[in-house]
Amino acid sequence: MGKRKETAFVWRQTCIAPDIYDMWIDTGLAEEAKPGQFISIYPENRSTLLPRPISICEADRENKRLRIVYRTVGKGTAEFSDYHAGKEIEILGTLGNGFPLEKARGKTCFLMGGGIGIPPILQLAKELKAMGNCQVNIIVGYRDANLFLDKDLQQYGNLYIATEDGSVGSRGNVMNAIEENGLKADVIFACGPMPMLRAIKQYAEANQVEAYISLEERMACGIGACLGCVCKTTHKDPHSHVNNARICTDGPVFDAKEVEI
Amino acid sequence: MAENKKEKNLNTEVTIAGVTFKNPVMTASGTFGSGMEYGEFVDLNKLGAVVTKGVANVPWPGNPTPRIAETYGGMLNAIGLQNPGMEVFIERDLEFLKQFDTKVIVNVCGKSVEDYLEVVERLSDEAVDMLEINVSCPNVKEGAIAFGQKADALYNITKEIRKKAKQPVIMKLSPNVTDITEMAKAAEAAGADALSMINTITGMKIDIHKRAFALANKTGGMSGPAIKPVAVRMVYQAANAVKIPIIGMGGIANAEDAIEFLLAGATAVSIGAMNFVNPYTTMETIQGIEDYMLQYNIEDIKTLIGAVQ
Repeated sequence: MGKRKETAFVWRQTCIAPDIYDMWIDTGLAEEAKPGQFISIYPENRSTLLPRPISICEADRENKRLRIVYRTVGKGTAEFSDYHAGKEIEILGTLGNGFPLEKARGKTCFLMGGGIGIPPILQLAKELKAMGNCQVNIIVGYRDANLFLDKDLQQYGNLYIATEDGSVGSRGNVMNAIEENGLKADVIFACGPMPMLRAIKQYAEANQVEAYISLEERMACGIGACLGCVCKTTHKDPHSHVNNARICTDGPVFDAKEVEI
Repeated sequence: MAENKKEKNLNTEVTIAGVTFKNPVMTASGTFGSGMEYGEFVDLNKLGAVVTKGVANVPWPGNPTPRIAETYGGMLNAIGLQNPGMEVFIERDLEFLKQFDTKVIVNVCGKSVEDYLEVVERLSDEAVDMLEINVSCPNVKEGAIAFGQKADALYNITKEIRKKAKQPVIMKLSPNVTDITEMAKAAEAAGADALSMINTITGMKIDIHKRAFALANKTGGMSGPAIKPVAVRMVYQAANAVKIPIIGMGGIANAEDAIEFLLAGATAVSIGAMNFVNPYTTMETIQGIEDYMLQYNIEDIKTLIGAVQ
């Protein structure tokens, strides 16, 4: 079917941690959704024009439902957090490339998520477990004891938690959790804040481990036309012919070796 | 509705500098790439024209990120005219556009007169219906807008380009000037075949939580519905100052907006930022214009141009 904009419906929504919302959406886009992809949701308030790109947390293909877990950070997400079951919404999807699952075959994997970068890790963990033939270690970092998605994640791999205040699991971030637990991997999949992704890129290079990281940037179109959301690449990007790849279309998941962050 | 159009004998064609467009709806440069991405959503054959993203003689990397910021009813961008350069553009983008039954207007950017001329000459034997000269991008420090904010500079570059160009030349005007009619007249006097307006309005946004600029470039070009009244006013003023046709743009979201521009004096219109809000905006606008013509028994769209009382 390809990318499309469609009218979808909120199936249910709950607040699962301070400022963190868990929304299930009834949409046919669920059938094509891949872990690491995202959808764009259009606010109804026309003073906030641009769609909000939000990563897919879970795809229930059988019931045609997508789950997103997001943090309220501005007017758009604040509007979304007020939506109740049955609410009609305009969405665009599915967008982006997604995580390369095949890279996990026969490997020991780290699935790393930091803060609001944790949600896409869930669908990835679920699909890797279903694929089999790989060992999944999930390492997630939170600010404090207000955890979310941890119970979902633990069904699909060995779960390690880090909190900045040390209230749960390792004190510090996901890198501290790896060290404290003496973990090693052949391949890393990660989504989270830029300092975390930089640390992972560095770690991966030092330990000669493959790493696939999901980036984010301010976007307008979400489909590769406006060139708003670029990241610097080590090689000339085949589309732009300069060292810039489009996060919305060429990403959001990149081989860490190929981006300069 | 297609049958309806035929039955009722609606004529939506407009002509600019000898080039006839099946309808007056185009895409604003920089918001639509070369149509590849939006081709997944809309039938490019139905467009009056595709106006491409700006093309320079060599690849331009553009500005650092963030390049995009949302504002009330609009947005700021500071892409910085990232483009792959004319050779890749000709090989890939123009080849792609050849498949479609629509007109192709190539937006040309440069840092010096020589840069512009190099692109204009290189495109002279290519499948390009018209050239749109971008002398109004507010996001590139060298050149570019310097040509678009002084009447004598605009006159000179228009004249140079007009001498070399094989295709009709549209000069894209900046709204960031004191008197738009002075610029319109300068372009016309130098031989421009048409004008397009308005490019984005220079703006700024500050993130009060980070106490930092929202854009890496600090300033950016504002577009979207919030700027539409400014654009309508400028099109009206320019249309009354010159005889050459005008392609109007600035926040057009639907047929009502498009018709407003036609009434103000535009011969055609471009959809820009609203493509980002609804990828089907161009198609809905074309349909809406036909519906309006039927509603008011208008047989020929040309009777709407400049028809405000």
